[in-house]
Parts: sequence; C-alpha cells; structure tokens
Amino acid sequence: MLEARNLSVEFASRGRRARAVDGVNLAVGAGEIVALVGESGCGKTTLARTLLGLEKPAGGEVFYDGKPLSYKARELKAYRRRVQLVLQDPTGSLNPRQTVYEAVAEGPRIHKLPDEEKVVADALSRAGLRPPERFFLRYPHELSGGQRQRVVIAGALALNPDVLIADEPVASLDASVRGEILALLLRLRDDLGLSALVVTHDLGLAWNIADRVAVMYLGRIVESGPTEQVLQSPQHPYTKALLSVLPESPEKIVLTGEPPDPTRIPSGCRFHPRCQVVFGDCRTVPLQILPAAETQQAACHLLKLDG
Amino acid sequence: MTVAPSASQELEETPVRNGMLRYALSKAGGALLSISMVIVATFFLFRLLPGDPVRALAQGRNMTPEQLDLERHRLGLDKSLPEQFFQFVKQTVQFDLGTSYEYKRPVLDLIGERIGSTLLLTGTALVIAVTLGIWQGARAGWKPGSRFDRFSTAISLVLWSVPTFWLGLLLLMVFAAGVGPIPGVFPTRGIESVDAPDGFGYVLDVAKHMVLPCLTMVAVVYAQYLLVMRSSVLDEVGQDYVTTARAKGLKDDDVRRKHAVPNALLPTVTLVFMRIGFVVGGAVTVEAIFSWPGLGQLFYEAIRVPDFTLMQGTFLLITVSVIVMNTLADVVYHLLDPRVRSA
Repeated sequence: MLEARNLSVEFASRGRRARAVDGVNLAVGAGEIVALVGESGCGKTTLARTLLGLEKPAGGEVFYDGKPLSYKARELKAYRRRVQLVLQDPTGSLNPRQTVYEAVAEGPRIHKLPDEEKVVADALSRAGLRPPERFFLRYPHELSGGQRQRVVIAGALALNPDVLIADEPVASLDASVRGEILALLLRLRDDLGLSALVVTHDLGLAWNIADRVAVMYLGRIVESGPTEQVLQSPQHPYTKALLSVLPESPEKIVLTGEPPDPTRIPSGCRFHPRCQVVFGDCRTVPLQILPAAETQQAACHLLKLDG
Repeated sequence: MTVAPSASQELEETPVRNGMLRYALSKAGGALLSISMVIVATFFLFRLLPGDPVRALAQGRNMTPEQLDLERHRLGLDKSLPEQFFQFVKQTVQFDLGTSYEYKRPVLDLIGERIGSTLLLTGTALVIAVTLGIWQGARAGWKPGSRFDRFSTAISLVLWSVPTFWLGLLLLMVFAAGVGPIPGVFPTRGIESVDAPDGFGYVLDVAKHMVLPCLTMVAVVYAQYLLVMRSSVLDEVGQDYVTTARAKGLKDDDVRRKHAVPNALLPTVTLVFMRIGFVVGGAVTVEAIFSWPGLGQLFYEAIRVPDFTLMQGTFLLITVSVIVMNTLADVVYHLLDPRVRSA
C-alpha cells in the first residue's frame, strides 16, 4: 500500500551533507500496523516525513498503491487525503487559538468535503470523544492530554485516510492514557481497515500494537520482520542490544562509543564502531540494503557467515 | 417557574465575565496609580531644569527687580514649592492644566490646536510602519535565512540605527533643497503652504508636506515591528500544528496566513498598542526638524523657555495616553488569547 523504495534524504548541515535516510526499503500493507523503531537521530522521523511528502527524497521513491508519489501540488494534495499524520505532542499539534471543531474541520475544508459538521462529528466520535457536540467549542487547553491526542487523531480521521503515520503518538502521554490511545489505534485498524506506521523508540509499544517491526540505525533498516520473531529472537546485534536494556531482560548489553552522526557514516557496516561482535569484514565491506520483505531479515555480516 | 433555567444559565456565564471584569478593573486601578505617580514626577522633574522662565520671557529686555517680582507673582512662582505643588495637583485633578507662561493662554487650548496635526503625522506614520513591519516580518520569519529575510532585516536595522535628526536633515537636503541633478520637490517646513488652495488641492498640499516627516518616522521605527513579528513567526514555524496543517494539504501561503501569522500577531498587538500611546506625543525630533506644528514642537518650545505649565500639560498628556494604551493592550491581549482568557 505505502512503500519506500531505496529512499534517501539529505540535509545540508554546517556545510556538510547529512544523509538522514540512506537507502530504505519499507512497505506498509493494507490494514497492517508497522512499527519503525530506533534511537533518537537515526532518521526515523525524517523517513516518516518523507513518506508523508513533507520532505523530498534525494534518491529513491515513495510508492502509494503501486504508483510513485508525485510532488506536483495537485497530486500531492490528493495524496494528503490518503495518508495522514499524528505527531507526538498533541498540545503542539493543535493551534491554541482554534476550537476543537475548527481543528478537526480544517482538513475537510481544505479538501472541500461536503457535510462538514457531520464529518467532524463522525471523526470525533470515532476517535472516542462522545458525544462529539460537547467538544465542538472547547479549546485545546481545556482538554486533558489524552483528549487532545484524540482530537489530533480525529483531525486525521476526518479526511478518511487509508494510512496513518504516527510519530511517537503516545510518548508525551501518561501511562494510563497511553493504553487507551493504543487501543484506539488498534480499533481503528479493525473497524476501518486503517494501516499505520508507528514511529517509536519504545519496543514495548511496538510489541503491543505492531504486526511488523523495522529497526532503524543511522539512516538504514538493520532488521525487520514480524513483531514476535524480531523481538523474541533478534538477529542483529543492534536489535539485541536494544532489547537487552528492557527491565525484564536478564543480561544488559550497553552500547559504547559515540552516538551515530549522519554526516560521518562509518565505512563497512555502519554499526561496527559500536558493535559487540565486530570482525574483519565489518569494518570494510558494505552491506546490501535490505529489501521490503515480509519475513525476518537483518543486515549483518555474521548472518552471512552462518548462512 | 421560568426563573430556575435562567438562573442556572447565569451561573455558568458569570465566572468568566466576572473574571474578565475583575481583570480589567485591577488593570485600570494599576493605571490610575501610575498616573498619579506621573503627576507627582511631572511637577518636580521640570523644576529641576535650569533657567528662569521669568527672565526667558523678558527676552533680554531690561526689567527692574520689581517688574520681575511682579511677573513672578503673576505666574504664581513666588509661592513656596509645596504650595505650588498642591495648587498644581488640585488643578490637574479638575482637568485644568493651567495657563502657558509664554502664550498666556490655557494649555488645554494650545494642546487642542496642535493635537490634530500631530495625530495626522504620527498616526499615518504608525499605520505605514506597522503594516510594512508586520508584512515584512511575517515573510522574513517564515523563511529565515532566505534572501528576503536577510535583505529586509538588514535594511530595517540600518535604518533603525540611524539617528532621526540625521536622517531627517539628509532627506531635507536631498529632497527638499535638492542636490545636484535631484530637484527639491518637497516643501522644507510646516504642514501647509501659505498659498494653499482650498478643497482637494489643500489635501494634496498637506500630503506633500507630510511625505518627508512621515518617511523619516517610518524608516526609523518600522524595524521594531519587523523584528518582533519576525521572531514570533519564527517561533510558530517549527510548531507541530504547522506541520499538521501542511500534512492535511494546506498550501504553504495559507499555513502562514491562517495559522502562523494570527498566532504571531499576539506579541505585536501589545507593541502596537504601546506605540499608539506614543502617537499622541508625536515625535519631538521629527516635528522640530520639519517645523511640524504639533505637540512635539510645542513641547520642544516649552522646554526652551522653560514654560512649566505647558511642559507639565503636554508631558502629562503624553504619559497618560501611553499608560492608558498599555492598559488597553493588556485587556485586548486577554480577549484575543483563549489561553489567557480562561486562566
């Protein structure tokens, strides 16, 4: 449904070029929830923004329904109805001077949908704000964090999209509210067949809602596959390290070395400076970019030895 | 019984309205306190100025000490300072600003004659400066580091750093007197020509007189609107709701117009209201350079004497209007921002 093919995104950073996303293949199928996991600065948010068409790729393409995404104004606008965004901080995502109604009605107005009030009411009740009329004239600051995030989600739902891209959708919410919002995402998938790409640094969240997980490190997917397989039998040393620092894990692998810098990508395997099991090939031989496959796969020289 | 529903309705509404009213009243109280302090300060501040008004008014004519004493008695300057002060306070609270030493006419009348031309000049300059500044600031802040941003910010800052009198004199030299091939097209002084025609011709004549003083004022002050607007738009650019609006398909220009600019206007509103207060005072320097017959020039002349009553009167008017506008700015801000409104 939504697919990134060999996608790369560059920024100019203090005279140097930073490859925030450096060759990513990733697909989100219909009705599927994919979690994109990685530490801060690994390029997961940039990847999400590029999938939304907010950032233009330096190479590769975004495919939607098998067709490459065009950056012409009209086609991009039509694309916006299909793929919608939910950001981390609901307080920031809502214009403080707009009422709930105005916020949710913005999308339908831009795309000139008929029956605005009904669309808004439906979107609010689907997002779990019932009865919707009670919320129409509220301002964001009068709502709780969870309610605000529901308003943001309703704003996205008002366009009746096929895919939701959620960037850390619950990271700024209380633990109790977190569960409710995740349950909402799952219900939307079941009721409306909504696909979702959930960007997160939280493996527990991925475990709870995702069908598939893609782990990102320094602009590339290093491991991907069905959630259970990836999280229960990780293959890539980076995934292993991430999982080992969860509270229930018996043995912790603490990564050493500097956090990665996208302006200076290491030669060979890009994870080798921080890897626990590094050997000869890792420092010099670059790895193939992983394809957008359904099954479990990892980009690591060790696996090639085994295979 | 129809009383019950209306009573419950009132219950819901009164807290908000009460809060607003209480807020406005407390602000008004604060303003009154400031004004009374200004009244006190006005009196003593100007008595510190060097110069003897009686001698200045004699304009070098030979006067006997008796004549000087008589004049002093007439102006009430022979009384002790506390006596003069209480007299001043008593008159001021009755809206009597006294009689000018120099013009020998009520200060209120003098102000009334001059205030129109000041409001015309500074009001026009304010409107132009605010419009120009907000427009450029919004565009500059929306694309920080762009050519437009660097260009307009640099120019406005250069103009802001230029001393008003210097820019005014320069404009006078070039566009009123004429330099080399440039003919002097604009009048050098005043608000109207001696032989000004009636009707529309008069309007045109005044407009022609306004060009240079207005240009000077706008050039020197518009940078502050630009900078405030630029930085507050800059604050909005990175906000998530701007990204969200883009992701919904709103065109870039519309995101700026509908989201960023209205929110960024809040701090600018305060600044503009404060400036409206200063409009009444006019710009002493500009009016002096272009001999614009306004309050600024009146004040400037009063200092030279020193004409205590006239100075006190104009100074009070200027400060009170600034205080009143500041208070209004607070209240308006309260009304515009829903977050502050209910807090």
